[in-house]
Amino acid sequence: MKSIKQIKGKALPLGLSNVDTDQIAPSDAMKFSKRGNFSDFLFRDWREDPEFVLNQPEYKDSVIILAGENFGCGSSREHAPWALQDYGFRAVVAPSFGDIFKNNCSKVGLVTVEVSETTIEELIRLVNENPNIEFNIDVEYKKLSCGSFEIDFELDDFTRYRLINGLDDIDLTLRDENLINKYEKLRPNYLPRMSLQN
Amino acid sequence: MTNPKTLFDKVWEKNLIRSRSGKPDLLYVDFHLMHEVTSTHAFNMLRQMGRKVRRPDLTIATMDHQVPTTNLDQPIKDQIAAEQMNALKKNCTEFGITMFPWGSNEQGIVHVIGPERGLTQPGMVIVCGDSHTSTHGAFGALAFGIGISEVAHVLATQTLPQRKPKTMAVTVKGKLPKDVTAKDLILGIIQKIGTHGGVGHVIEYRGEAIRALSMEGRMTVCNMTIEGGARAGMIAPDDVTFNYLKGKPNAPKGEEWEKALEDWSKLYTDEGAIFDKEVIIYASELKPFVTWGTTPAQSITIDSTIPLPKNKTEEKALEYMGLKPGMRIKDIEVDAVFIGSCTNARIEDLRAAANVAKGHKVKDSVRAIVVPGSMKVKKQAEDEGLAKIFIDAGFEWRAAGCSMCVGMNDDVLKPEQRCASTSNRNFEGRQGKGARTHLVSPVIAAATAIKGHFASLSDLNKEVSTK
Repeated sequence: MKSIKQIKGKALPLGLSNVDTDQIAPSDAMKFSKRGNFSDFLFRDWREDPEFVLNQPEYKDSVIILAGENFGCGSSREHAPWALQDYGFRAVVAPSFGDIFKNNCSKVGLVTVEVSETTIEELIRLVNENPNIEFNIDVEYKKLSCGSFEIDFELDDFTRYRLINGLDDIDLTLRDENLINKYEKLRPNYLPRMSLQN
Repeated sequence: MTNPKTLFDKVWEKNLIRSRSGKPDLLYVDFHLMHEVTSTHAFNMLRQMGRKVRRPDLTIATMDHQVPTTNLDQPIKDQIAAEQMNALKKNCTEFGITMFPWGSNEQGIVHVIGPERGLTQPGMVIVCGDSHTSTHGAFGALAFGIGISEVAHVLATQTLPQRKPKTMAVTVKGKLPKDVTAKDLILGIIQKIGTHGGVGHVIEYRGEAIRALSMEGRMTVCNMTIEGGARAGMIAPDDVTFNYLKGKPNAPKGEEWEKALEDWSKLYTDEGAIFDKEVIIYASELKPFVTWGTTPAQSITIDSTIPLPKNKTEEKALEYMGLKPGMRIKDIEVDAVFIGSCTNARIEDLRAAANVAKGHKVKDSVRAIVVPGSMKVKKQAEDEGLAKIFIDAGFEWRAAGCSMCVGMNDDVLKPEQRCASTSNRNFEGRQGKGARTHLVSPVIAAATAIKGHFASLSDLNKEVSTK
């Protein structure tokens, strides 16, 4: 994972609530065995509507999505954050997120910022007023700004540390391999095991 | 006396490898389930990092998401799907993981085969790259869906770093009315708590109506926990759980069974334990539910009418579904009926649907398919005569897979086609682009197939008695 300290750029005022993973990346994306570019899958069905916000030229090159509550609810597919990243998005700002989606984002380095409903409404208003208004999400100092508007957001220290240092979870876990070995020895015998295949 | 603990606390503590302030806890994963779709990328990540699978004996794989449910004797036509299925075969051989391929007698939906083999046991931590892993919580396990990076992490370490979620009790008081099923119960719960009512929490389902459910019913309830926003739902194990597990192929035997039983009997929420959130549902107030919108929380009882939209999101949902406020649910005609999925494709679900279908015919205008959850369920349904009931009534009788629930094989609807479905998600495009999904129980699905519009068992009985 690459180190992420700051995200600067334009924002897309999506606004809808309960945007599910099947809209973000339809199940067709999951058929592919290779990690190609999934940007064509992002909101594929909604993009057929010329009125859809992603099709509006003034929001071209946005790097942040402004969404309603429970963004990314539904499936565990990591293709959802992949599709967003491949399209060029680097952060999503919403009042709340689907748990698994949020977790997946933290693994791939897509930043999720939780703000109140009123803040989202205010941010969307500012973007509607001026689509070119520049956002700055500072991961290190946990601040979001947009024009003269500025707000602190919550981000747990560990996720922040991982993001700004671009750390791999497996390496971090295996620093404690001796503890895993110790735990494994004490597991009860009745727990299920499959016979080894090789 | 020690502090009273919840069932969740007990399982979490049992699997805790380490806990340090400011960092997520590290949990041991007792069993990891895999399917062909999310595993491929995880194995690729593993190879890129030059890592091995730590415990291939604590992992099984199956093919379910995109397998064809017909023509099992012919080669698969969808080349992209075939590639992914072959990749799973190759990966499992390379890393020494047990796999049940398409066409084998043990293949099935990952959340159906775990329990039917007795792999899902009380107190375990179980994960899978699929959000409906919550199903396994019906046994008092802590089971939740994970993403692909996490699948790779579990393969490499047999552990997962996790922040401890909050707890939420959903207590269902009283008895369910006779015509109300486990599916209606969970749709009712989701309607009450909303699609994000459980975000950040693990739910424990409690109360008389939960205790009265069979294991199949409990699995249906826990399965849809994620639709209420919670990654995991749990039900404390009891005699219903133990009787279900006894004698299953991977369940403990002899002395080991006695030891397990002793441990399992301690897995309940202590009196006085505190939940972060509590919700009470009165079972007697529930009725059979039908969803009208594009989230599982947008539901109403079968005898009511489409409500007025309360906001832009609801307006969009009604427009997508082709419905208008004031329409009677029972007047809405369907093009298709799907009985299947990890929510409702176990033997009891098929028995309930067959009981309704018996002696009736599927309406000519309706295409109705039954897709058993596993090849074992299929065999059992055939042995019990259920398959014959479905076939005689005009249902298509299929082989096991996720099928029309996730729309990754040929079992998809055309745009604007309407389906009464026993699955778990009515998201836009879920059953095919532009397709309109209404979530219902197997009983309502079967009655709807026969009438051609949403109907309950009583609508059929009336017809029979007036003949």
